[in-house]
Amino acid sequence: MFTRLYLHIPFCRRKCPYCAFVSQESTAAGLDVYARTLLAEMGLAAHTFTAERPLESVYFGGGTPSLLDPRQIGRILKRAGDLFGLDREAEITLEANPGTVDMERLAAFRSAGVNRLSLGVQSFHDPMLAALGRIHSAAEAREAFRAARMAGFTNIGIDLIHALPEQTLPMWRSELEQALALGPEHISVYGLTVEEGTPFAQRYDVDSPLLPDEDLAVAMFEEADDVLTAAGYEHYEIANYALPGRRSAHNSGYWRRDGYLGLGCGAHSFLRQGYGVRFGNPADLDAYTDAVAQGHLPHGEEQRLTRQDAMAEFMFLGLRMADGIGESGFRQAFGIGLNETFGVALAKLTAQGLLEAAGDRVCLTRRGMLLSNQVFAHFLP
Amino acid sequence: MAISRLRNFSIIAHIDHGKSTLADRLLEYTGALSDREKQDQFLDKMDLERERGITIKAQTVRLNYRADDGNDYVLNLIDTPGHVDFTYEVSRSLAACEGGLLVVDASQGVEAQTLANVYLALDNNLEVFPVLNKIDLPAADPERVIQEIEEIIGIDAHDAVLASAKEGIGTHEILEEIVKKIPAPTGDPSAPLKALLFDSWYDQYQGVIILVRLFEGTLKKGDKIQLMSTNRSYEALKVGVFAPVMLEVPALSAGEVGFVIAGIKDVADAKVGDTVTLLNRQCERALAGFKEVKPMVFSGLYPIDTAQYEQLRDALAKLKLNDSSFSYEPETSVALGFGYRCGFLGLLHMEIIQERLEREFGLDLITTAPTVVYKVHRVTGEVVTIESANLLPEPQFVDYLEEPFILAHIHVPNEFVGGVLALCEEKRGVQREIKYLTPTRVMIIYEMPLNEIVLDFYDKLKSITKGYASLDYEHLDYRRSELVRMNIMINGEVVDALSLIIHRDKAYFRGRDLVSKMKELIPRQMFEVAIQAAIGNKIIARETVKAMRKDVLAKCYGGDITRKRKLLEKQKEGKKRMKNVGNVELPQEAFLAILKVDDK
Repeated sequence: MFTRLYLHIPFCRRKCPYCAFVSQESTAAGLDVYARTLLAEMGLAAHTFTAERPLESVYFGGGTPSLLDPRQIGRILKRAGDLFGLDREAEITLEANPGTVDMERLAAFRSAGVNRLSLGVQSFHDPMLAALGRIHSAAEAREAFRAARMAGFTNIGIDLIHALPEQTLPMWRSELEQALALGPEHISVYGLTVEEGTPFAQRYDVDSPLLPDEDLAVAMFEEADDVLTAAGYEHYEIANYALPGRRSAHNSGYWRRDGYLGLGCGAHSFLRQGYGVRFGNPADLDAYTDAVAQGHLPHGEEQRLTRQDAMAEFMFLGLRMADGIGESGFRQAFGIGLNETFGVALAKLTAQGLLEAAGDRVCLTRRGMLLSNQVFAHFLP
Repeated sequence: MAISRLRNFSIIAHIDHGKSTLADRLLEYTGALSDREKQDQFLDKMDLERERGITIKAQTVRLNYRADDGNDYVLNLIDTPGHVDFTYEVSRSLAACEGGLLVVDASQGVEAQTLANVYLALDNNLEVFPVLNKIDLPAADPERVIQEIEEIIGIDAHDAVLASAKEGIGTHEILEEIVKKIPAPTGDPSAPLKALLFDSWYDQYQGVIILVRLFEGTLKKGDKIQLMSTNRSYEALKVGVFAPVMLEVPALSAGEVGFVIAGIKDVADAKVGDTVTLLNRQCERALAGFKEVKPMVFSGLYPIDTAQYEQLRDALAKLKLNDSSFSYEPETSVALGFGYRCGFLGLLHMEIIQERLEREFGLDLITTAPTVVYKVHRVTGEVVTIESANLLPEPQFVDYLEEPFILAHIHVPNEFVGGVLALCEEKRGVQREIKYLTPTRVMIIYEMPLNEIVLDFYDKLKSITKGYASLDYEHLDYRRSELVRMNIMINGEVVDALSLIIHRDKAYFRGRDLVSKMKELIPRQMFEVAIQAAIGNKIIARETVKAMRKDVLAKCYGGDITRKRKLLEKQKEGKKRMKNVGNVELPQEAFLAILKVDDK
């Protein structure tokens, strides 16, 4: 039913004003209770769901998972191995925020089994970090990166955000250069989306003159593509760049519709059963904790996908990757050809310069990546 | 009841001056309405009317009153619709009366609409006496208002009744004045029947009900009657009065007012102003003043949800049952789909119909910009009328165009005169007269093209005068004008719903206005969109909406694909509600906003 495991850690030192993820400010006691709840949930889940084979990736996301004690991480990984099996080659990622880790702690995470680090750098510009409400400075971000290397991590990704308030193209170029100077294996580049319900949404209207306009945001996206590709990174997904062989296996699983079990408050799961089943855990921490304490799997309503749903997902997830989707993969999954199913849309989008064909594969053009929502909407039932 | 004991009267008042409340007091006082039956403002039946405080359909009611002289009288209160769009109906209701109560708000004084209706009453030889209402209000200034009535209207007002319909003050005095001042009707009950049809409506159980005022003769149940304008005859199945509930009587005779139910199927056959006579004993001549009412203002009504087309058709048919003055014809628009071209007496009438369709029938409608009826003189000498810009023939077939003019009476405090004059000039008005009614109140009279009035004149007038102006108008004539058809094009395709006929001098500014507004409203598409205003082949204004370049969701929320999918679904749903013009997708809201291009 699944080959990947996601664990959500909904705690942060401080909540960032642009963030719409499930997260709240942490206490040591709270973290401890939470880690034990996760273990309990994993036990419950193992009664109901089975892994197709030993887990190929584990991902601690948040929130700020690096707030967990390395021993807790160790216990969780051990338990996962016991219950589901853990491939020797499995990618085990921990999201870590600068300011929450030092070398010693990072080394402890590594000993616990973590072999990939995703550092939430976001920016190398202190005023920007302050505006984003981050708890770290640019110097601390660099420090955290070096500490990770010294702790032995050979697979480190960093996150950068562009299209930030009052950001200019030269400022963005400088961000990219500073990222490259560190030499990470992986770089995620996100455009800021002002999410409803966040303090940022109150601070910045959609058409606030402080936010970069569409043309500038496009220029920033293209700049990242140019600069990072020239530096040897593969632009392998709309928002992700990696050195050869260093793509995120776990995230690629989302786009390929691999099965994954999501544990923790606000986590989502996708099980390979029929055309696929999706469900999510409650975003409310108490509701989540109470359910597990009472011995129930905490997830809400299961959504059983129809063939049409699955076809749509195949398209709008698969096309996120630069490799796009393949005729053979589609036929294998649905027993019908791509063109018989989406021929009209594919032709139209190709004519509009949003899609291009390469052999038996179809993928987004660079313009298509920027307009991907417009492309994806065509494949919904 | 002897004819000498009959009194037929109307109440003439401006909106809000308290006509309906006063009518209630008269009904209560005479016992026509018990407290239990009492429902505020009995005369205004429809919710809409009550909400807006205006009367759309006239009602009539018979009151029995024992006067101070010890005699019993029958008083027929004939209500009149209260808006400029219904001038003809008002004049016919007034023609059914011998007298009128002029109700004036004791603090606000005389308004243009009051004035227009008083003149109508005087034209119909009514005896008019003034009542100052709302004298209980602190701002009441009866002295000033009495002087105003005398100066502006020229009727004696020194003994005006001081009343407060709300507080029930002055009701008795008003009833006494009706008896004393208003003349009894005259007429010979044995002469051939000659009755004025002054209102009609459709009742789903009884068919068309007509209200008549008998001038000569007698009308009994079972009589064969004839309507003189159509020469159609019917049997009077029921004859009666409203007291205020329907009450059958054996007969109505000269001087009386009442209803007749005669198996008429269609209100369009019961035309207001028509003369009712007997089939076998006809009166010599029909009553003067009959007119066929024709819609003056037209607009397209389209269901926002195309699935509501059938419902719209049924709703229009139902409304038409009760309102022969509006018309509808199927119409198709490339941009809006299937709808109806509807004709109305005026803007208020249009608004009322639109609101009733939305409220009573639950329809969501797009209304295209209102237009008037133009006369097209073709080069062949043939003259055709058109009520939609899309029907205007190509320029080479047109010799010239004529447009309807009206005579506008604008009543305004003197500090706004400058602004109003500027507005009238801007709207191509021709000044006829400026009258200082009092040192502070002015009557501005202009001849104006109706198409400017229906565009946005009323809104602008209100904003210039902070709501203090009142407007009344009557139709004058058709005049030759430099009119052109202006098209709005999106990527070269004409948006038929936005085409309009406009004076050549106005086209440039209006065109520029429209395209710049549309630029704001049309969302970016996958390609550049050109918005142009054109007269014939000549482009007079242009704006460009740049192509959309970015629409991307970056972050995946820990594998929450469902959320991502919902966002995409929302986007797709939005597209479904778009109207396609050529290859451009326009949101419904943009259409609505463009059609309402009057906020400035």
